[in-house]
Amino acid sequence: MVTAVRDVQRAWHIAEQVPDPELPMLTLADLGVLRGVEVGGDGTVVARLTPTYSGCPAMAEMRADVAARLRDAGYARVEIRTVLDPPWTSDWITPEGRRKLTENGIAPPGAAPRRAAGPVPLVLTPTRRTVACPRCGAADTEETSRFSATSCKALHRCLACREPFEYVKEI
Amino acid sequence: MSDDHVYLSLAEGHEDDTRWAYGTGFEDPLHGVDTTVLEGVAADLLAADCVALADDALVSAQRLAEWTTRAPELEEEVALANIGLDLLGQARLLYARAGQVDGTGRGEDAYAYFRDADDFRNVRLAELPVGDFAFSAVRLLVLSSWRLAHFEELSSHPDPVLAAVAAKGVKELTYHRQYAAEWVVRLGDGTDESHRRTRRAMEQVAPYFGELFTAYDVRDEVVAVLRQVTEAAGLPMPVYRPLTGTGRDGEHTEHLAPLLAELQSVARAHPGATW
Repeated sequence: MVTAVRDVQRAWHIAEQVPDPELPMLTLADLGVLRGVEVGGDGTVVARLTPTYSGCPAMAEMRADVAARLRDAGYARVEIRTVLDPPWTSDWITPEGRRKLTENGIAPPGAAPRRAAGPVPLVLTPTRRTVACPRCGAADTEETSRFSATSCKALHRCLACREPFEYVKEI
Repeated sequence: MSDDHVYLSLAEGHEDDTRWAYGTGFEDPLHGVDTTVLEGVAADLLAADCVALADDALVSAQRLAEWTTRAPELEEEVALANIGLDLLGQARLLYARAGQVDGTGRGEDAYAYFRDADDFRNVRLAELPVGDFAFSAVRLLVLSSWRLAHFEELSSHPDPVLAAVAAKGVKELTYHRQYAAEWVVRLGDGTDESHRRTRRAMEQVAPYFGELFTAYDVRDEVVAVLRQVTEAAGLPMPVYRPLTGTGRDGEHTEHLAPLLAELQSVARAHPGATW
């Protein structure tokens, strides 16, 4: 029993350290997409991953990377399962993940929007979200595009130090 | 790491991995998800719903991709490509679900690449040619408002897989609708030329509204959103009228077949190939 628990901990440790292919400063654990790791009686490791966005092309690579790392660590039978419910939100990014994003010049997300059940309201008046510049810390920044090089990020510009930066948007 | 050829260096050491966002032969995006169809859920209706919603997304994504290298600004190109990518992801999950429940066991490639126009169930608004930027913004506003309202309802669907795909999609579609709404307001309330083109786009999409509201009762919500946006944009509210025949019944415009020909040509020229 103790061995089994240790085995799960070891497998979890291996899986959680796999870097995100698009944000390599983050591990899958930092990003909050690793939902669980189990080791079956026959030694099969089952790792559960959840996608950030439905179309995130990094998902296939994450699956392959987790499987490869576990196989390299000696687990002959590895299965990667998809978990869709509950859907990932940016709130799953850990405090450690947020720190690493800032250190690497990417502004971390604020709290994900919460809303009551029913129709999603459309707000047309400009909502000014305070996103601090990850380089100089100034609060005076503006959004240049809500979409960026990956689905999960937006483009911003700091009006104090004039540097453009990316920002992981709330979802 | 070889520096002489960027593609070789990308491929190095990853020969067996799925590295790319396009192509065929991907692993089932629903791998490991519980595929049971609950008692009381009609499998044929569920499969038909999944295919129709996936077709809307796939055809829309293909049209949005036409802006790549041609959008007015790089930021808009990136935005439209990202929106298309979200829709493509939704389509993949929905095709995979359809193949599980319709008893054929077909994978996503079978639906996307090996059906003809008559077999597609997307609404016709999605397949109309890309048009100018105003038309694309107006169409995206209409389709994303409709899909968002619909997905919001589907997130409590008795099928847990469809419900989960919809709940995830709601978050993405909220961004899509926001993007489109802001552009329609900016263009409608912009120069004489942008106003004229946006107004024309509204008139061009209006005949296809009837098709959106036949099967699902989200009309009031979508109309309220369109009213909110057109008022802010200084545009007249489009008048819709009932339409005979719908894309949901496989009746399409002449624009769908050429779109599919481009989408499907490589997969059909090399059946079974993966790339």
